[in-house]
This record gives sequence, structure tokens and C-alpha cells, in this order.
Amino acid sequence: METRQGKSVFAGVAIGKLFVYKKAAQVVDKRAIEDPQAEIARYMAAKEKAAGQLALLKEKTMRDVGEAEAEIFEAHQMLLEDLDFVEGITGMIEQDKVNAEYAVFVTGEQCAAIFLSMDDDYMRGRAADINDISSRLIAILSGTQVSAEAMPEPVIILAEDLAPSETVQFEKDKILALVTQKGSANSHTAILARMMNIPCLVTADIDLDTELNGKMGVVDGFTGEIHIEPDEVTLAVMQEKKKREEERKLLLQSLKGLPTVTKSGKVVHLYANIGSEEDVDSVLENDSEGIGLFRSEFLYLGRDDYPTEEEQYTVYKNVISKMNGKKVIIRTLDIGADKQADYFNIPKEENPAMGFRAIRICLERTEVFKTQLRAIFRASAYGTASIMFPMIISVDEVKKIKGIVEEVKAELTKADIPFGDVELGIMIETPAAVMIADMLAAEVDFFSIGTNDLTQYTLAIDRQNQSLDNIYDPHHEAVLRMIQRTIECAHEHGAWCGICGELGADMELTRRFLQMGIDELSVSPVFTLELRKKIREAE
Amino acid sequence: MKEFKYVVQDELGLHARPAGLLVKEAAKYKSAVTLDSGAKKADAKRIMAVMSMGVKKGVELTVTIDGEDEDAAAEAIENFFKENL
Repeated sequence: METRQGKSVFAGVAIGKLFVYKKAAQVVDKRAIEDPQAEIARYMAAKEKAAGQLALLKEKTMRDVGEAEAEIFEAHQMLLEDLDFVEGITGMIEQDKVNAEYAVFVTGEQCAAIFLSMDDDYMRGRAADINDISSRLIAILSGTQVSAEAMPEPVIILAEDLAPSETVQFEKDKILALVTQKGSANSHTAILARMMNIPCLVTADIDLDTELNGKMGVVDGFTGEIHIEPDEVTLAVMQEKKKREEERKLLLQSLKGLPTVTKSGKVVHLYANIGSEEDVDSVLENDSEGIGLFRSEFLYLGRDDYPTEEEQYTVYKNVISKMNGKKVIIRTLDIGADKQADYFNIPKEENPAMGFRAIRICLERTEVFKTQLRAIFRASAYGTASIMFPMIISVDEVKKIKGIVEEVKAELTKADIPFGDVELGIMIETPAAVMIADMLAAEVDFFSIGTNDLTQYTLAIDRQNQSLDNIYDPHHEAVLRMIQRTIECAHEHGAWCGICGELGADMELTRRFLQMGIDELSVSPVFTLELRKKIREAE
Repeated sequence: MKEFKYVVQDELGLHARPAGLLVKEAAKYKSAVTLDSGAKKADAKRIMAVMSMGVKKGVELTVTIDGEDEDAAAEAIENFFKENL
């Protein structure tokens, strides 16, 4: 047995025969031609054929993988038609009287060289796209169509690197895993592997020896290892690992796309909590129905000055666009207490958990607050955004917030900047808010219960104080009654009510929450499908 | 001739996707559309040229539009920048 190491970009286990994929080396001859116009016509015909192939690949990718990845081929189509590329080729055929294959090859190399010389990894990666197009054109012109070699059974593919068009040419059910010597976590191969749900290792220290063809291999996408000709023990261990993973996936896959509804027909919105833009991938992967808590603090932490409106807008817009119309609830700045940033210059406090934090800062420093609101409202034009405000204790606060929101909307309208319909809600995380929940519900569209703080304030137990862990009981009847009252008050006044704290994912309480009439649960994306299962099994 | 300036806001700069969309937008008009980043110039109807400018976030572009339909083109392209970049 031999074990080599790579970097895993998608977890999972694959066991099967190895297959070394080598590009058929394209030999491009330079030939003198007599009739440049005829040669240009030949190139134009090849270009049209290539465009047709790319359109098909785009369709196949759209079907097998996803819309975002299909855009690679749209970019290829545009590069194929690029005037610099086209004129470079036709110019060379005309002036140098050379064959079309050679003109494509040289022009392609020149274009790729421009990208390779750029000081930007992303742009350097685009050279591969141009090479991909050149090879396609040359293959059509010379009649040596590149195609994935016929693979009789599913295999683990070993390659130097794979162009996107190569990756999607393989029959999807014939690939167990992809292992490449080059590539990165952001290469097309990695992205496609993730979309196709197959283990994938990049920068793997493998040999591309055709003698490996047909030998057994095991790819462990959890550790990044590939075992070649595994011994019995390794094989047995990996088979077990694979089986467990498959069972888990199967269960969860069977729940993807299904509605979150109880047996008696009560629909619960199952949303996700996220703390950064990157988390959206996991939200989509786990089939969350929206984002129930987008913590905006990360925009403010770990820096020396306030984030600008543009910075915030870009992040909100990206998240909202990626969610493609599904609801995104953004919680405004919840800084203070255990989350501090020096440039806020918050005076030292005896008891920061009950101090100057969250909405208290926002209502004092309205410019900071308005910057955030403007950014969210501008981004709301790209999908469905809602806003919720943390640490509310009074109706007066809510009225002040609504006043500021109206100012922001009026300014945007005046400046002709579009924004969407934005629901406004508040976090219920203080006993005060629970006691006046009826009054608050009349002011807002929704409540989201922050159970972590609500538990801390209800039980008067500091959650940072580990010596009190033995009496910190989030299942305390007092906390549960707080939740019940909040839901009842919301419903009486036509607002909906969700939970976004840790308790939302506590499956021992799911039934109880359902009985209380909860409308939404927002949990870490990884719990989504398990929780959906739980809800679907409940009465 | 029309001209406007725009500072790129997109985190990734003028990368493949918006570059592609920009080329499509510019191609709708007869006018010549030129991008100038100070360091490099490019014809906005040519995707390789646009991409190889390597425009990053924060770069100020001067966009000039010259031709018979320059008024409509300038308005559409300026809107395109605001919405996509």
C-alpha cells in the first residue's frame, strides 16, 4: 500500500479503480496555405461549431451541476467571439498565409500569456480558459475531437489538472473522485466536485503513471489522503467510514427540497444563522429556507475604523443575491458586552452584559446606525431582506428606530435609489421585552427570540461564568414560559415569531415549541436537515 | 463625446462575469466605448482587453463614449456600472 497526501476540497470517501487521465497532446503543424479566404472560412466554421459545443456543455453543466458553474461556458463563448482573439487569428492567416490551426495556437498562446503575466491569481487562472478554447478550436479544425475516454466502470480520476470542459465531459456517474496534482480550493475542478458531491483532492503528491490504471485506490476526503492498493485493514476501515457517511447523506438528501411541515400540516420556516458571507454556501447546501439571523458584527470587528456604507452594501447585496429571493434577516450591529471593537471607544463598564451595547449604541450614535440601515435598504433591491434589532426593552426604542428607518427610506427615495419591501422585527432577549410583548408586537412585523441572552437575563446567571454552569438551565420553566408568552403576544397582534438562539436547535424542545405555535426556527445550517426530519415526524 | 468616472466597488474588481456583462452591454450600442484606468486603456467591447486591464476594487475608471448613440449609451453604461460594479 502507498499513501499520498493532497488537500481535500470536498469530504467523502471513494473506493474504486484508478484511472490516469492525460490530455491527448495536441501537435500543431505550421503549414503554408494558398487561399487565406478559404482558410478563414474554415476557421469561422470551426468557431461556429465550437460555439455550439459550448452551448451544449453549458446546458449539460446547468443540468448536472448548477447555474453558477454553467457560467464558465458562457465566459468561454464570449472569449471565443472576442474581437482581439478573432482578429488576431484572421490577421495571421491573411498576412502570414498559415493554416488556421497554427494561427489559433499562436494567438491563443499570446492571449494566455497576457493573463499569465498579471499579478492576480484569479486572472492568471483565466489563461487556462483561453487554452481550453484554443484546444477546442484546434481539435475541431484538425478533426481530432477531444473527448473523455470511454470508461467502462466508475473510476477515481488522477490528473495533472482538469479544465472545466474536461471535468464536465466525464459522465457524472462514472467518476468516484477527482485527484489532481495542481489546482486549488478555488479551481473549477474543486468547485465542480463540490457541486457534484464527489471527494476531491488538489495539490496531491501523486504520480501520473499509466501503470496505475485499473489498480485499487481509496480517496479519503476527510484527511486528504489517497491510498493506492490499500491493504485489507485500511480497506475495511475505509469501507466502514464510507458506509457511515453514505447513510448520513442518504438520510439528509432524502429530506432536501421537502417542506418543513408537521404531520398535522403546521408549516415551520426553517432558516439558518450565519456570521459571514462565506457561510451562504453551507446554507444553500443544507437546503435552509432562508437566513433567520445574519449577524452583522463581523463587518465591525477586527478592524480600526467603521466599515463604510459601500463595504456593507456589497456584503449584504452578495448574500441577498445568492439567496435568490429567499428571506435574509439581517440583525443590526450587536456590539458591546463580549464583542468589543476599540474604535467604538466604549467606556470601561462594570457590567458590560447590561451595559452600553447593541441598539443602545445605535440609538446614541445614529450616524453609525443610519450607515448600516442605508446599506441594508440599498441591498434589499436584490432580493428579500428583513431587518431585526437586538436588545430591545421598550416601545419607545422601537418608535425611535422606526423614525430613523423612515428617514433613511425618505433619503433613498429622494436620491432615486431603489429598495425593496423590508420587514422590520425585533429580538426578544430581555424579560422586559417579554413582559410588554403585546405592546411591541403591535409595532413590528416579527419577533425573533434570542434564547441565549433571554436565559441569562431571566435566570440572572452570567453565561460567561463557568462556575454557575451547574445551575444554568436553558430548559428552565421560566425561560420556556417567557417563550410561550412571546409567541402568544405576537400572534394576537398579527406578528410572526421565531427563535434564533441556540435553543432553536435543541431537539428535545422541538415538540414543545411546535405546541407553542412557533413560526420559524433559525439554526446553524448543519442542523437544518436533522431538524426538518424532527419536525416532519411531529404531530 | 460623453465621459464619466466610476470607482469600482465590487470586491473582486472587474472579473470575468461583470466583464462579460459589460461587453454585452457595450455591444448594444454603435458608439465606441473606451475604459481608462490610468495604467491601461481598453475597448469595452473586447472581453480579453477588459479583463486584462486587471481592474481591482477601488480603481477609478474613466469611461468615454463616442458615436451617434452616445447619449443613450452613456446613460445605460453608467447605470450598468452602478448596478454591477
